[in-house]
Amino acid sequence: MPDTTLTSDPSHDEPGDHGDDAAGYYTPGEPIADTKAPGGPIDERWQTRKFEARLVNPSNRRKLDVIIVGTGLAGGAAAATLGEAGYNVKSFCYQDSPRRAHSIAAQGGINAAKNYKEDGDSVHRLFYDTVKGGDYRSRESNVYRLAEVSTNIIDQCVAQGVPFAREYGGLLDNRSFGGVQVSRTFYARGQTGQQLLIGAYQAMERQVAAGTVEQFTRHEMLEVIVVDGKARGIIARDLVTGEIETHLADVVVLASGGYGNVFFLSTNAMGSNVTAAWRAHRKGAYMANPCYTQIHPTCIPVTGTHQSKLTLMSESLRNDGRIWVPKSKADCEKDPRDIPEEDRDYYLERIYPSFGNLVPRDIASRAAKNVCDEGRGVGPAVEGVRRGVYLDFASAIERLGRDGIEEKYDNLFDMYARITGENPYETPMRIYPAVHYVMGGLWVDYDLQSSIKGLFVTGEANFSDHGANRLGASALMQGLADGYFVLPHTIRDYLADGPFEKVAEDHPAVVEARKSVQDRVDHFLTTKGTRSVDSYHRELGNIMWEYCGMERSEDGLKKAIDLIRTLKDDFWRNVKVLGTAESLNQSLERAGRVADFIELGELMCIDALNRRESCGGHFRAESQTEDGEALRHDDQFAYVAAWEFAGDGEPPVLHKEDLVYTAIEMKQRSYK
Amino acid sequence: MKVTLKIWRQPDAASKGAMHTYELDGVSEDMSFLEMLDVLNEELNGKGEDPVAFDSDCREGICGMCGLMINGEAHGPEVTTTCQLHMRSFKDGDEIVIEPWRADAFPVVKDLVVDRGAFDRIIQAGGYISVNTGSAPEAHSVPVPREDAVRAFNVATCIGCGACVAACPNGSASLFMGAKITHLGELPQGQPERDSRVVDMVAQHDAEGFGGCTNIGECTAACPKEIPLDVISRLNWDLHQAMRHGH
Ligand SMILES: Cc1cc2nc3c(=O)[nH]c(=O)nc-3n(C[C@H](O)[C@H](O)[C@H](O)COP(=O)(O)OP(=O)(O)OC[C@H]3O[C@@H](n4cnc5c(N)ncnc54)[C@H](O)[C@@H]3O)c2cc1C
Ligand code: SF4
Ligand code: FES
Repeated sequence: MPDTTLTSDPSHDEPGDHGDDAAGYYTPGEPIADTKAPGGPIDERWQTRKFEARLVNPSNRRKLDVIIVGTGLAGGAAAATLGEAGYNVKSFCYQDSPRRAHSIAAQGGINAAKNYKEDGDSVHRLFYDTVKGGDYRSRESNVYRLAEVSTNIIDQCVAQGVPFAREYGGLLDNRSFGGVQVSRTFYARGQTGQQLLIGAYQAMERQVAAGTVEQFTRHEMLEVIVVDGKARGIIARDLVTGEIETHLADVVVLASGGYGNVFFLSTNAMGSNVTAAWRAHRKGAYMANPCYTQIHPTCIPVTGTHQSKLTLMSESLRNDGRIWVPKSKADCEKDPRDIPEEDRDYYLERIYPSFGNLVPRDIASRAAKNVCDEGRGVGPAVEGVRRGVYLDFASAIERLGRDGIEEKYDNLFDMYARITGENPYETPMRIYPAVHYVMGGLWVDYDLQSSIKGLFVTGEANFSDHGANRLGASALMQGLADGYFVLPHTIRDYLADGPFEKVAEDHPAVVEARKSVQDRVDHFLTTKGTRSVDSYHRELGNIMWEYCGMERSEDGLKKAIDLIRTLKDDFWRNVKVLGTAESLNQSLERAGRVADFIELGELMCIDALNRRESCGGHFRAESQTEDGEALRHDDQFAYVAAWEFAGDGEPPVLHKEDLVYTAIEMKQRSYK
Repeated sequence: MKVTLKIWRQPDAASKGAMHTYELDGVSEDMSFLEMLDVLNEELNGKGEDPVAFDSDCREGICGMCGLMINGEAHGPEVTTTCQLHMRSFKDGDEIVIEPWRADAFPVVKDLVVDRGAFDRIIQAGGYISVNTGSAPEAHSVPVPREDAVRAFNVATCIGCGACVAACPNGSASLFMGAKITHLGELPQGQPERDSRVVDMVAQHDAEGFGGCTNIGECTAACPKEIPLDVISRLNWDLHQAMRHGH
């Protein structure tokens, strides 16, 4: 079991690391670079790479085995596409059906540079907005490619029958979304994620019927099998029978989603986890920028201590709703309708006159936190503080009529009413930021290959496209871009070397991987401690939210690391998991996930400690301008922090990948 | 508030199940139904009793993973998913009977968890439009009248939860199937496969052991997405047309 002793002394300054807050918490490693992206003009790189990627003869494809973990937009789309191409695909998810992957929850929409509105949009502008929105911490080649294939995504989805919103003339409608000044977001009422996922799911089920894809539901991948430095399969547990299964393949794809649930309360689905990525990390896949967390400004505030999750409301609401709090603390308990205009502080419109309520998510979130910290929050007080701000539709209802609002936001209003028991047509909604998405993830090169050969990572599980902050409607775009249009090309270049020599089931690497899964299961069931898995998860979440949430500081992060190490130690000794290994055992499933979240939490704090700058979703208290805005340090931190696992209890190794921009100029952000 | 819970416990598919009674205190109105069960499970875990297994994931009413019979009604007393049902729908002192979905085609896996794999197999039989990746025409090349797009969207909202089947005295999946057939049948892209789709999906539905539809309407009453009953008429119409066309 992991050894949790502290082997490093945090007070000790490594030579050459002067001024590095995280010195002593990590070991400096060799720099790395992305060697797969072709040089040359940015708009030709993807074409070049596709052309250079070697081909696999159709008759050889069915001899090549591909494992895909995850059936969200990234994994479902990849399974469908690789199945169509004729590879032999095995697809895994922990839910009872691939259609339930977390992607289904996305509400707002998906971006694409179609320029259907003739409002000045283009591939280049989508690229530009995405890199800038990510605070220049994403990789320009990857982002350009994303913008480039975005238009194909819409074509593909429409052909599959995705019922996007349409104009009266029958053409597709668009709206503007989250900090963007053109209308490039395609949507299907407030259920874009569901409709896109159902499209990918149906395409994948078609391949199941065709025999090219085999689907394993209620299966959880718990280990990667690495043979001679190459990923050659996975160990999965059948969640119904408890059986530990070996699945071998020529290549493995992780499309296992994000790890926002490390915070316990988040907008993610309950089962979302880091296990697949973390197990791969422990086997040699670098984890990049783990501290980049997106906090979403428009969620329903917390009501009490039994809460299991937070619910997001699409930020498209910010297009018409106006955000305010009372100017005076004394008004915070009043009925908002009784507070006259002159006593309201429309703080986003005041501070950021050109973007107003549409400033990027990190800015909107932090601004809400600040006004609540000042004591001007609204709604019920939880543990003494009111954490909510108004999102008011009164003037929009006046302008568009109640029908106009219903037409646009009906289901969101219903959802709000159902959860809070209040009618948002009559009183303003209350919102507060919540953890929503992670920009960090496994490090990949331009081919989406991790630092383990033959292990590809797509969708939210990788790190490459969003930088320090993700703009609205771009995660869905990335998931589908990776799954439908990128991975199928890059993976073939890798598979062109195959078929690879068969791996025997009794190969030491397989035996080791199986044993490590078995040992963990046995450990959890025999510990017979006193604390439930969920209680550890909640405690971890509190630490993360408090010290590695919307605002981070050196002292707070160091404290968090200590707390997490203590928590980890206690967890391994004192967790209580009942039931057996041979049947459906939901506590056992969660125990394994929480164990991995604890380790990840520590790395997130170390990463945040290292990055003494504020950018995107990462706000370091020590790095702000005089008026409290995020202050980036491009001279020191324009790099991807790619962390290598060095062993239990050993400080992780930091590899830096310099971010080089040739097609875009780095600028400080200003939304004023 | 305090509630009495009568919950179906069944260790696995092969074992016999039985109702067990639990008293739960300190339930708040703001809890969702599933949060109330989380609280129960923390208590059971504390006492050394195996927690109750139930399915959920998004807890936002969209993934379709949750689903319980609550006091004999699929998803309980309100037209919503179990995860979006809140305890404010109950009163202090209430007795609440909780069972898994009832249907032959949805065998119990454990406690309140059932196997809905049959739904995936119905989709595999034809619930898609055959278009390979990369071969799609420009999206604006085929306009879709707004009304048709809206109708398609309205039925495409089915989350595959299975409440319609659980509510139906015949255990029919006609509402689920009708929703998919209507969604794809409403769009120009779905026309080429319209006949084969309905024939193949209906054949799979019957092979899975779902019952026939006798127009009772319990399905639509229980459906959290308010899928209308007329999707079943549409299903029957399409089936009839397909037969006439010689399928
Ligand atoms: C409420 C909400 C609203 C959102 N709205 C938008 C929006 O409007 N626009 C936008 O662009 N983005 C939005 N996002 C973000 C976006 O939905 C996600 O980032 C994206 O869908 C992630 O897709 P994915 O395919 O990478 O992973 P997911 O959809 O999370 O899929 C993960 C898959 O991996 C499987 N899995 C995970 N671990 C394992 C394991 N160990 N073994 C086996 N299987 C495993 C799961 O079963 C699942 O199938 C939203 C997110 C949330 C939470
Ligand atoms: S038709 Fe309604 S009840 Fe049936 S599966 Fe779909 S959403 Fe659930
Ligand atoms: S848990 Fe997703 S619909 Fe209820």
